[in-house]
Amino acid sequence: MGVDTLLLALIDGVSYAGLLFLVALGLTFIFGVVRVLNVAHGSLYAFGGYSAASMGIWFAQGAGSITLSILALILGAGIVGVILGYGLMLLLHRFRDRDPIIQLLVTFGAFMVLEDVQVMIWGTQPYFVSDVMFQMGDTSLLGVVFMNYQLWFIPSVALGVYVLLRWFLKHSLKGRQIIAVTHDREVATALGVNAGRIASFTFIIGASLGALGGALASPTTSLVPGVGADMIVLSFAVVATAGLGQISGALIVALMIGIARSLSVYFLPQFEVVMPYLIMMAVLLIRPQGLFTVAEARRI
Amino acid sequence: MTALLETRGLSLSFGGIVAADNIDFSLHEGERLAVIGQNGAGKTTFINICTGLIKPDSGSVMFDGKVITARSPRDIVRRGMARSFQIPQLFMEHTVRQCLELSGVARQRKLSLFTNLGKANDGPGVDHILELVGLRERQHELCDSLPEGQRKLLDVAMSLMLRPRLLIMDEPTSGVSTEEKHDLMEILMEALEEQKTTSIFVEHDVDIVKRYASRVAAWISGAVAADGAPDTVLADPTIQREVLGI
Amino acid sequence: MIKRLFITGIVFLAVLGLSVAFPWMRVPLIMALVYGTAALGVVVLLRAGQISFGHAMYMLISGYTVAFLSEAFPGTDGIVLVLAGTGVSLVTGMVLGLFLVRYRGIFFGMLNLAISMVIFTIVTKFYGMTGGSDGMRVPRPSLFGADMDRAGYEATLLIILLILAVVLVFSVQQFFRSSAGEAMASIKTNEDRLEYLGVSAKKLLWQGYAVSAGLCGLAGAFYGLSQGLVTPEAGYWLKSGELVFISILGGSAHAIGVFVAALLFEFVKMYASILVGGSWQLVLGVTLIAIIYFLPDGLTSLLRKKRQTAEVRS
Ligand SMILES: Nc1ncnc2c1ncn2[C@@H]1O[C@H](COP(=O)(O)OP(=O)(O)OP(=O)(O)O)[C@@H](O)[C@H]1O
Ligand SMILES: [Mg+2]
Repeated sequence: MGVDTLLLALIDGVSYAGLLFLVALGLTFIFGVVRVLNVAHGSLYAFGGYSAASMGIWFAQGAGSITLSILALILGAGIVGVILGYGLMLLLHRFRDRDPIIQLLVTFGAFMVLEDVQVMIWGTQPYFVSDVMFQMGDTSLLGVVFMNYQLWFIPSVALGVYVLLRWFLKHSLKGRQIIAVTHDREVATALGVNAGRIASFTFIIGASLGALGGALASPTTSLVPGVGADMIVLSFAVVATAGLGQISGALIVALMIGIARSLSVYFLPQFEVVMPYLIMMAVLLIRPQGLFTVAEARRI
Repeated sequence: MTALLETRGLSLSFGGIVAADNIDFSLHEGERLAVIGQNGAGKTTFINICTGLIKPDSGSVMFDGKVITARSPRDIVRRGMARSFQIPQLFMEHTVRQCLELSGVARQRKLSLFTNLGKANDGPGVDHILELVGLRERQHELCDSLPEGQRKLLDVAMSLMLRPRLLIMDEPTSGVSTEEKHDLMEILMEALEEQKTTSIFVEHDVDIVKRYASRVAAWISGAVAADGAPDTVLADPTIQREVLGI
Repeated sequence: MIKRLFITGIVFLAVLGLSVAFPWMRVPLIMALVYGTAALGVVVLLRAGQISFGHAMYMLISGYTVAFLSEAFPGTDGIVLVLAGTGVSLVTGMVLGLFLVRYRGIFFGMLNLAISMVIFTIVTKFYGMTGGSDGMRVPRPSLFGADMDRAGYEATLLIILLILAVVLVFSVQQFFRSSAGEAMASIKTNEDRLEYLGVSAKKLLWQGYAVSAGLCGLAGAFYGLSQGLVTPEAGYWLKSGELVFISILGGSAHAIGVFVAALLFEFVKMYASILVGGSWQLVLGVTLIAIIYFLPDGLTSLLRKKRQTAEVRS
């Protein structure tokens, strides 16, 4: 194993972690506010990818413009995020007083529906639109050639989104209201926060993040039915390992899992897929509430 | 005679709040101790530490001559120290009777996959306690449907079913109307007498304390400020000012 | 009691009658009974307020045990295979349970999911031994020493499964009513109080977990026998999700609910694939959401409602 392989694995891992983080962030953000683990988040990832690819084919392919290609990614993710995010919120609203487990199952039902809708719209043929990746060119580091898209673009978008979200939660009125609802829904509502509107807003942001993850992933892999199902379990692993609702935790765990996974691609290929779950089990063995959740004394 | 319950230098703080401040305390078999203190004085925290729900930052708890600090509630209950709760802790999807039956089976350690709960042979015990706390009429209702006062009763009744050597009751009469408080205490004391159970009860009502306690301990900011015969403690000017607000 | 036996008898004969009159119904009926058995395992945990999103792994483990054994020892009787598959699942459940009973709620669900993904991946990756995603064949074995043609084999499986279903409903129901079963159910509402009665919630949950793994194992063995093939898909999280689906549909009030739910599930799936082709998931998803909306406590709540109104009338 040379330094170049290590570098390759590292860069791959960081790029993958960026995608994983975006999806997991959306999931954990929604969980924080509405306390539901949204299984349909996997579909958002898939829809985001497909929709970005369609947009790309529609107006960016062959145009040779990076701006148009990036626009296709953003537009693809945004449309899916707004429509499906809002739709899911409306659906869950009808079950708002029910057991969290039941709510989770409702999102499972939504996931089943969306899986088929996805096949109806995009069929079962693989989709692969990678113009933007080649438009961005490549960079050579220590003799290894990296696509700029994976080297710079994905990690900076992920980091940018993280910083922006943190800033938004801390400094804007709406962000503070979200924090308040996360902390204590009853008190926040009593203080005049419109919990319903906060929920819609959160859902749209969270869903868009999931879709953005898919959109950004679309130039790097081909889209086939089932990508959503695979992604959702991975982001569950990230969210649970970090601790439910932990935003910064999700970033760190996504990096951990992303890098561990790509290291194992190069050094222990059999372990590639199970790596995230092994990490999750190891972490929860030592910290049952997740890496970043501070255990609270029970009050009786 | 060794103490039944003894604590040495028990301390605990939550963030900046000192909930237990170097508590040295002992209780002997046969006593009926009333614990008084303002809201937030640390009464419930003391119970939580003694019964193993929370670990103290420092100090030790001994029950029946053995160190039980930071043992699990399960282990401590099995040694004979039971408690009831300020906020009733019931099995909301079970019936009143089932809650008591579960306690009875738990005491006998006879949980089994093959005997129906209803047939587990603690029938008379359950009926007796049901009669005692006046819940016989509602025995087949779900706990969820009980009003607050009766939930409180059932909560204490579940602990009585365990026939502990020491029972710690966290505000057994809160949520019960003033007229009924005395009836309730009569019932409880009778049951405790019958089972020869030593008891601690947290209580805000001075009349009740005077009438039923053999000893009073007053909590101020996590520490025991006064401890002794009811007349002495209740007449103490500091206690009157700080705790009773007279 | 007599009324119950009577109803059981009628249901029994109805299912048999159907399968004789309409041979094409045999396989869906077998599948419904198989999924009902597995979902019964999930219901056991549901009683304790816990949901596992990985229990299809026990079907997988058992199914592959059956496949391995029939490859290694050709001619092994089907009943021996079932016992072996169930046994391996049960033991695996007992071991994993030691670790899993420390967790509750979402963490419990997600850890089961994670472990099932690990097992799924191992089975998929080691195709040298497991045939990878193509799976392993299970040649039709003898049952109770008798070799049969396909029709006879399926009919026998169906009868065994039916008898088993009746036995399981009664014994799981007995488990729910037992003192340990009721105590386990109180983990759902107040685990702290349970500990304050001197009872170990973890131990009770562990018992329940072992039972649930055993039931899923039993189902998995029959799954392998009736399909003649086991693939990793049988243990993918979507299958676990379907088991949860069926168990919520059935409700945890009475063990019979899951079998009714599994029947409904199989037939919705079958008719949906006939009517709308590939989109049966869509129909199932909508059904799931609708049922959760209209029957909050599952199908068994219908039963209870009826009984309550009957009590009010009398
Ligand atoms: N789990 C906890 N986490 C943080 N703070 C706690 C916790 N439990 C108790 N406290 C704090 O410790 C102090 C003592 O609380 P405790 O409940 O013991 O008081 P108390 O004497 O029982 O009061 P009350 O009469 O209201 O029941 C309070 O300030 C309370 O807010
Ligand atoms: Mg208190």
